Amino acid sequence: MPNTCEHCCTKIDNLGVSFGCFPVLQGVSLHLNCHEILAVIGPNGAGKTTLLRAIAGEVAYSGRIKFLIRSDPSKKPRFGYVPQKVLFDLDSPVSVLDLVATTITDKPIWVGIGASVRRQAQQVLEKVAADDLIDKKIGELSGGQLQRVLLAMALTPVPDLLLLDEPVSAVDVKGAALFYSVVDSLKKGYDISIIMATHNLNDVAPFADRMILLNHTIISEGTPHEVLSDRKTIEMFQKNL
Amino acid sequence: MTISQVIYNGMQAFLPFSWAQYDFMKSALLAVLLMTPLFALVGTAVVSKRMAFFSDVLGHSALTGVALGVLLGMPDPFWAMLVFIVVLAVCMYLFKGITRASSDTTLGVFFAITVAFGVMMLSKGGGFNKYTVYLIGDILTVSIRQLAIMSAVCVAILTYWFMFGNKIILTSVNPVLARSRGVSVVFIEISFVIVVAVLVAVSLKVIGILMINSLLVLPAASARLVAGNTRAYTFFSVVISVISGVAGLIYSYYWGTASAATIILWCAGFYLLFALAGRFVRFGRNSILKNT
Repeated sequence: MPNTCEHCCTKIDNLGVSFGCFPVLQGVSLHLNCHEILAVIGPNGAGKTTLLRAIAGEVAYSGRIKFLIRSDPSKKPRFGYVPQKVLFDLDSPVSVLDLVATTITDKPIWVGIGASVRRQAQQVLEKVAADDLIDKKIGELSGGQLQRVLLAMALTPVPDLLLLDEPVSAVDVKGAALFYSVVDSLKKGYDISIIMATHNLNDVAPFADRMILLNHTIISEGTPHEVLSDRKTIEMFQKNL
Repeated sequence: MTISQVIYNGMQAFLPFSWAQYDFMKSALLAVLLMTPLFALVGTAVVSKRMAFFSDVLGHSALTGVALGVLLGMPDPFWAMLVFIVVLAVCMYLFKGITRASSDTTLGVFFAITVAFGVMMLSKGGGFNKYTVYLIGDILTVSIRQLAIMSAVCVAILTYWFMFGNKIILTSVNPVLARSRGVSVVFIEISFVIVVAVLVAVSLKVIGILMINSLLVLPAASARLVAGNTRAYTFFSVVISVISGVAGLIYSYYWGTASAATIILWCAGFYLLFALAGRFVRFGRNSILKNT
């Protein structure tokens, strides 16, 4: 059973999203507690990214999304978002410290970064096992290292709800395993809920508390074992992958 | 004694050189010191956002801006050109978002239309020679009024950069990442193209249409070859731009060449130097790694 402290929870009721007259999501209802990782699996075009964007308030939706922070019900939830496949110039002069510093301070980083901001950036990067990357240029990072740096940015400040959109889709197996273990440690260490859209069905299973199979609506829901052994999941991924 | 005379006399005291005895050289030096750091700063984002062609189109579109000013009967078409370039910059940004054509193709279309229209209107009756100053620029004729406008633009752009510099950098790295950090990407991108447009319009008559884009791109492109972080990128870009500006101006005085072109060649010299230095450093590093 997940270790829920009920500090915060997210309730989604009958969520629907349409682009023009094309319905991308309909009738999605789910409930997520603090210290829980929910894995969202589904074929390409199933609406996984749209679900995350709707939760983050980036796209218009019908239905209801309710966030509750029990210590302060009037407080608006804070989101952390790690987008999928961030492409950038490999010869970009921006360093990891520069990127993380933009999340810590409003002072212009092009003028310089003070010792205290550097110290804070180091601490944030330690959380994701990336403190040794602080002075590297972002073009020198591997896919897994970049995703951990983006995760560090998403954790500054610590969010109530962390949304990970196929975070390891372009990462090697070793990098993916390290990423999942970092996410698992975050779940235990902070009062946050985590929703992770992913293609890596088997890799994510040991770390997820619950899983949903999404294909415009929820097809199957339960523990990772229940969803992955569901006949509908097997049929869908045999057909689509 | 006017303010300009006080400034010129002050400069004379610090610059005991033959070229500095002329007021037009002192005005030109002030223009260089005001504008080159701005070009360097804005250029870092132009290069990072791969907008070199965009700014080139803006520079060339000035011909149409000047033509509109002339058609409207303005004795100095500066304000018509400024408004036209700003409106065009925003239109090009919005048009890029709604068309399926590649960004280069879209910009190429705007380039063709604005240059052709400008040349057609300005050459009507065979009077295009009057406007060649816009093509190659003339920093030696910069007026006190132009210096005042440049000073105001300098303050405005520096303020903008201090307020939004981090967001511009984040948007340059990746717009999706910037959006995920709560940055209003559309606001940043539109305000940035307006800043580029204003900078181009204000300096066009002194730098020239043919060279203004080089001054935006070369210092930042050179700095990019050696910089390991954003601060170094900005610092090298500004230093290269200012040194090239001052050196180019002084050398153009002694060589009797066009100032803007001499400044650009200094920038290009830095680019070649840094490119070669970077290559040698990489070659040396690879050799050491091979031998260990």
